[in-house]
Amino acid sequence: MGDREGRLSPGAEEAHSHSHVQGQELSCSLDARPKSVPPFDPNALISARGLGISRGGRDLLVDVDLDIREREIVTLIGPNGAGKTTLVRVLLGLEHPDCGKVWRRKDLRVGYVPQRFDIDSVIPMTVTRFLRLGGHEAPECVTKILAEVDASYTHDQQLAELSGGELQRIVLARALLRTPNLLVLDEPVQGVDYSGEAELYNLIGHLRDVHGFGVLLVSHDLHIVMAKSDRVICLNRHVCCSGVPETVAQHPAYVRLFGAEEARALAVYRHHHDHSHDIAGHMHPAGEGAGEDSDPQGGSRA
Amino acid sequence: MLEPFMVRALMAGLGLAIIAAPLGCFVVWQRMAYFGETVAQAGLIGVALGLALQMNVTLGVMLIAIVIACLLLWFSRQKFVALDSILGLLHHAALAAGVIAISMIRGPSVDVVGFLFGDVFAITREDLMWIFAGGAVVLAVVAWLWQPLLRIAVHEELAAAEGVDRGRVRTVFTILLAVMIAIAMKIVGFLLVMAFLVVPAVAARPLTGTPERMVVLTALIAAGSVLAGLWLSATVDSPGGPSIVIVMSVVAGVSLTMAALKRP
Repeated sequence: MGDREGRLSPGAEEAHSHSHVQGQELSCSLDARPKSVPPFDPNALISARGLGISRGGRDLLVDVDLDIREREIVTLIGPNGAGKTTLVRVLLGLEHPDCGKVWRRKDLRVGYVPQRFDIDSVIPMTVTRFLRLGGHEAPECVTKILAEVDASYTHDQQLAELSGGELQRIVLARALLRTPNLLVLDEPVQGVDYSGEAELYNLIGHLRDVHGFGVLLVSHDLHIVMAKSDRVICLNRHVCCSGVPETVAQHPAYVRLFGAEEARALAVYRHHHDHSHDIAGHMHPAGEGAGEDSDPQGGSRA
Repeated sequence: MLEPFMVRALMAGLGLAIIAAPLGCFVVWQRMAYFGETVAQAGLIGVALGLALQMNVTLGVMLIAIVIACLLLWFSRQKFVALDSILGLLHHAALAAGVIAISMIRGPSVDVVGFLFGDVFAITREDLMWIFAGGAVVLAVVAWLWQPLLRIAVHEELAAAEGVDRGRVRTVFTILLAVMIAIAMKIVGFLLVMAFLVVPAVAARPLTGTPERMVVLTALIAAGSVLAGLWLSATVDSPGGPSIVIVMSVVAGVSLTMAALKRP
């Protein structure tokens, strides 16, 4: 049983496959793109087409399309610096793309759990006060939501006194109080072990089943994702590939690796890329050092 | 019986204590103390402008305070130098420009020290009117923007994602700060105005658990300091504004010491 990094993180010469290798040459305007570009999905909660953004001469996102439909769990993965957070910020309207468009359904209400929630102890704030801030929820609602995220005991505590995991559940509770139809979580399991990760994924899956919202989950883990994901999208400035994760709960090797409880919540995502990125991020067609499957250990494990 | 000048000093000081409390808390929460300091010290330029153009000095100060605040926001758009260095630059540039501008005003000599430290015992009825009218506007706007201001202070990105227009809220807050500086100028002067905002809020922070209670306690500490400071000033004949500030500083020192002792 190797350690987490050694077994599961990709090799240095990570390969990605791609169908639109000319993507970068595409003109940066939605109208100038080929007719084959699908229109906005009318059933989607949020729909993005041809998103591109560059800062300081460096491309952060190139020609990204994305749809999230009702009740759908979409997991967004990609290496550091792949533009995951930038994409989330564009979708939320916190950043304006240089090209492309985001279409939001009229009744879209987003619950957002940001990547890092550094609360300043310079501002006095209790958990309940924070949850009711800017809203008009009844105290009973707040109590109920706190119970839902398993944090009832924090009720009267100061935000600054909470641990990272507790704070995250409080921010999740705040997002839920807005009765969202889309929940966006940016790297909620960063720095958490697999059992904590499985626990949070179970909670999110359960909440989705109860409330019926769509979920966009950003994860830095390129291979282990939430088992309930309906779709996994691998981003490295452009969409490298997307697909469905493979459940591992039945596989004895994974049950041994994660534990029985965790294996049910976690799943493996196998990348099918036909290009690779060099260290500077430039794309190359496949066959230069890496095979079809970017995960060197993937074949032997499954 | 109290002398009329003493009554006016009390009214001005207590009024300012209440007006400054919510803004002072936000300045502390958003780490804007030095930002406010820089904007305040530009006030002298505003005084010179008002005198040169023969318009109301208070209006001149408000105008220049807003200009300097915009300049600060503009300079902080670049990423080569951090905000504290830009504040260091503008802070001294504004003070220097103000002193030069005042010295170039022709006519009767202007009391620079009076503007830097204020003179709470020289408050006129007209000054009182400015303080109360301006203060009412400031308090009304703060009450109106309370929730969005608080949400930005807690977590700006989250507030923005939830639909708070952070650009608008920040702009309004900066204007409020400018108005506040202008109305406090006569009482405590440009050098001490930020003390009036920041020090009572610092004193109140360790003793409170919610933002609203912190504002109320800030106002109470400031009001108490005004009473004690003016009494001190009348008793030992010390300057009014600095006496108030020294009292609130002692309270803040005691409060922080107690908070430090609580931590093992």
